[in-house]
Amino acid sequence: MNFTNAQLERYSRHIILEDIGVKGQEKLLNGKVLIIGTGGLGAPAALYLGAAGIGTIGLVDGDTVDLSNLQRQVIHSSQDVGKAKVISGKESINAINEDVNVITYQERATADNIKDIIRDQDYDFILDGTDNFPVKFLINDACVMLKKPFSHAGIIRFQGQTMTYVPGKGPCYRCIFKNPPPPDVVPTCQQAGVLGVMGGVIGTIQATEAIKYITDVGNLLTGYLLTYDAKKLEFRKVKLAGDKNCAVCGENPTIKKLIDYEIAACSIADSKKIG
Amino acid sequence: MSERKPDGFVDITDVVCPITFVKTKVALEELEKGQILQIKLNEGEPIQNVPRSLKNEKHKIINLENNNDGTYTIEVIKEGLAED
Repeated sequence: MNFTNAQLERYSRHIILEDIGVKGQEKLLNGKVLIIGTGGLGAPAALYLGAAGIGTIGLVDGDTVDLSNLQRQVIHSSQDVGKAKVISGKESINAINEDVNVITYQERATADNIKDIIRDQDYDFILDGTDNFPVKFLINDACVMLKKPFSHAGIIRFQGQTMTYVPGKGPCYRCIFKNPPPPDVVPTCQQAGVLGVMGGVIGTIQATEAIKYITDVGNLLTGYLLTYDAKKLEFRKVKLAGDKNCAVCGENPTIKKLIDYEIAACSIADSKKIG
Repeated sequence: MSERKPDGFVDITDVVCPITFVKTKVALEELEKGQILQIKLNEGEPIQNVPRSLKNEKHKIINLENNNDGTYTIEVIKEGLAED
């Protein structure tokens, strides 16, 4: 491919990196990343991936921007309150970089639509930027079934965690966490609160994993769970083993169809109000 | 310059750091390993830095000529494994 002078300048700090170079930047421009949830995690990830020149970015979110989102969801602005988050996200990405083709899916990811969304552009890498366990398991199962790599992450209060799944290269999310907790046993960040910067730290690590996967640079966070405690400013990288009896990626999987687990009633009610 | 004819040429006298090295890398991408790129560059910062960056990425500088007009011409073998 031929870079324009403007592109050479825009991506110069990538191109001069020995591990990225011209070929790596071409891979990024041909890369396709799906971001599910444009909230605390998805917002910074989408901005950095857009700036990096990921050629196609899909955004999945059924919510509209609420004033209470702006404390952490840096892709949205005050003037976007009331606007669909995927539209606000697309506008912000393209304001930074017109090279990016942003595809919007203004809907909540469910067992009925998630495979079609992933297949829509045959995305290379998926980012889980959601805020509830049912959808986290849904994303995991869909990615295992479609053999797609993805980055899991979660943030709450002053804590965050992330892991990367690559088919055949280590455990999936369900190997480690088995099943969603019963609704309402575990608070969501809508009930528990979250320090705004947590999404910036963890979401940016997710974006880093997407870039590393697409350019084939370095080692991914496969087979590890990275936890971050902001109060102690402590990162821990915990080694994880796969489960050969895992219900979705194990030797004899029992889950062959996607499941819409029950989302805590308050969390749905809140999300209608709070987003 | 060398007895071998260069396989490619790039003029980076119209740009400044880091685009100098960016344009050089783009030109090298067009070549196969072992082929020769001829580069025209300005004295000062470009002649200080571009050859060093090329060596860091394992390309071998085989010629350097002062054109006595504020520019230099260098020749480099793609991944000729730098040594000095």
